[in-house]
Amino acid sequence: MAQMYTKKVIEHFTNPKNMGQIKNPSGTGTVGNPVCGDIMKVYIKVKKNKQGEEYIDDIKFQTLGCGAAIATSSVVTELAKGKKLKNATKISKKEITKELGGLPPQKLHCSLLADRALVKAIDNYHQKIKKK
Amino acid sequence: MRRIYFDHAATTKVDPEVKKAMLPYLGDKFGNPSSIFYKEGQDAHKAIDESREKVAEFLNAKVEEIIFTSGGTESDNLALKGIFEANKNKGNHIIVSSVEHHAILHSCQYLEKYHGAKVTYLPVDKCGIVAIEDLKKAITTKTILVSIMYVNNEVGTIEPIAEIGKLLKNLNQKRENRIYFHTDAVQGAGYLDCDLQKLGVDALSMSAHKIYGPKGVGVLYLRKGIPFVPQAQGGGQEGGKRAGTENVAGIVGLAKAIELIKQNKKETGRIENLRNKLVEGILKTVPDAIFTGSKIGPNRLISSASFCFKNVEGESLLMSLDQAGIASSSGSACTSGSLDPSHVLIAMGLKPEVAHGSLRLTLGKENTENEVDYFLKVLPGIVKRLRTISPF
Repeated sequence: MAQMYTKKVIEHFTNPKNMGQIKNPSGTGTVGNPVCGDIMKVYIKVKKNKQGEEYIDDIKFQTLGCGAAIATSSVVTELAKGKKLKNATKISKKEITKELGGLPPQKLHCSLLADRALVKAIDNYHQKIKKK
Repeated sequence: MRRIYFDHAATTKVDPEVKKAMLPYLGDKFGNPSSIFYKEGQDAHKAIDESREKVAEFLNAKVEEIIFTSGGTESDNLALKGIFEANKNKGNHIIVSSVEHHAILHSCQYLEKYHGAKVTYLPVDKCGIVAIEDLKKAITTKTILVSIMYVNNEVGTIEPIAEIGKLLKNLNQKRENRIYFHTDAVQGAGYLDCDLQKLGVDALSMSAHKIYGPKGVGVLYLRKGIPFVPQAQGGGQEGGKRAGTENVAGIVGLAKAIELIKQNKKETGRIENLRNKLVEGILKTVPDAIFTGSKIGPNRLISSASFCFKNVEGESLLMSLDQAGIASSSGSACTSGSLDPSHVLIAMGLKPEVAHGSLRLTLGKENTENEVDYFLKVLPGIVKRLRTISPF
């Protein structure tokens, strides 16, 4: 199995970045389902910078899934951390896959899941502040 | 780091004696067995004849009932398609279990789609065992073939083949349409009694690379007199039943591997103890682990251990174990190449989210207690790490 993964995927699988939870997150996004076997949860902490723009101050992930699932969720948090929200939503599955040096065709859907988890977390944040 | 191989159900290492027996046929003894008018061909032909005798003896069959194939998958395909095609004028109903290997299941689907077969896929209980009652109820006047595997490759469950053989024998005495009985014995040949007369089967599949033989060669036993349509046409080899120049080296290797089974049976007690230690250790040290398939006992292959771990995904488990130097397998969707988890685990009533956390360990004669101890040492930490990464 590992042969089909790049070194970067294995690295993220073995030493995932930003793994864990955020207490009192600004937003969370959960994607996937137990039936297909991959579940990703992204937590974000949103703050405003000196210009008053919202950005992702902290981001964490938790994933139940295969090597690619863990690697793509780890990468998406790396790519998103520190970014302004409007830029973070632009992170695409293509970018995630490129950052990993590629994924086997049957694993590309994991990069889509990771992308969606981040977007959901950001949407969740927006919904929360609307309610306030 | 020395590797630990716990995936003997996937394949086994060629025994040195098997390799030794094969080498001449990869060297100077390169003749085509059909070239019987000169020495090189005669030598090759003799090698196959002797191999065939050894296989026939092992199975308690006649030499003319042994067909050499390219392996278990071809044997399964050949049994189903060859028997169905020859008997479809009498009936088109096939009965198999829902936990068969894909070589059987997909052959059935193929026969359904392209040849008008009607297939009943028998349910199994939570141990993976087929109920004789369900088989009885499923039989109709149009049933011509039953195929039930001897041992399941994923969970090591042993099916009641001899009992089914008896049932069908009795039914056949009162039936116009004979029901033929095939068993996929690929996983069972190394450890279980394969005396065909005792099993009561009309056809049986075997594969060399599961019994310390080479890949690319197997056997289909086909009882004499059974109507059968060959699926590979050509030069008339294998008594006209399976064309193609014989894989002489492979066949010699297969026969040697079969000869060694008797010798290897001395190891079964030791392997069983190792397996039991493994199972006990895992259930003791890894929380939220369930043992899948038949309980340890007469309905469970002695070398097989299979589990499902809650909130752990199979592929991640295999990757982590691989990094620790251990080879094993899983029934998770990610490892199956499709989005579906193991059909065997699902048929046994496990939910998909549970089936995704599956681990299969199958031991062999070279495994040691040190290896089992090491595995037990590293597994809990691996499972813990993956559970920490998971949101649950």
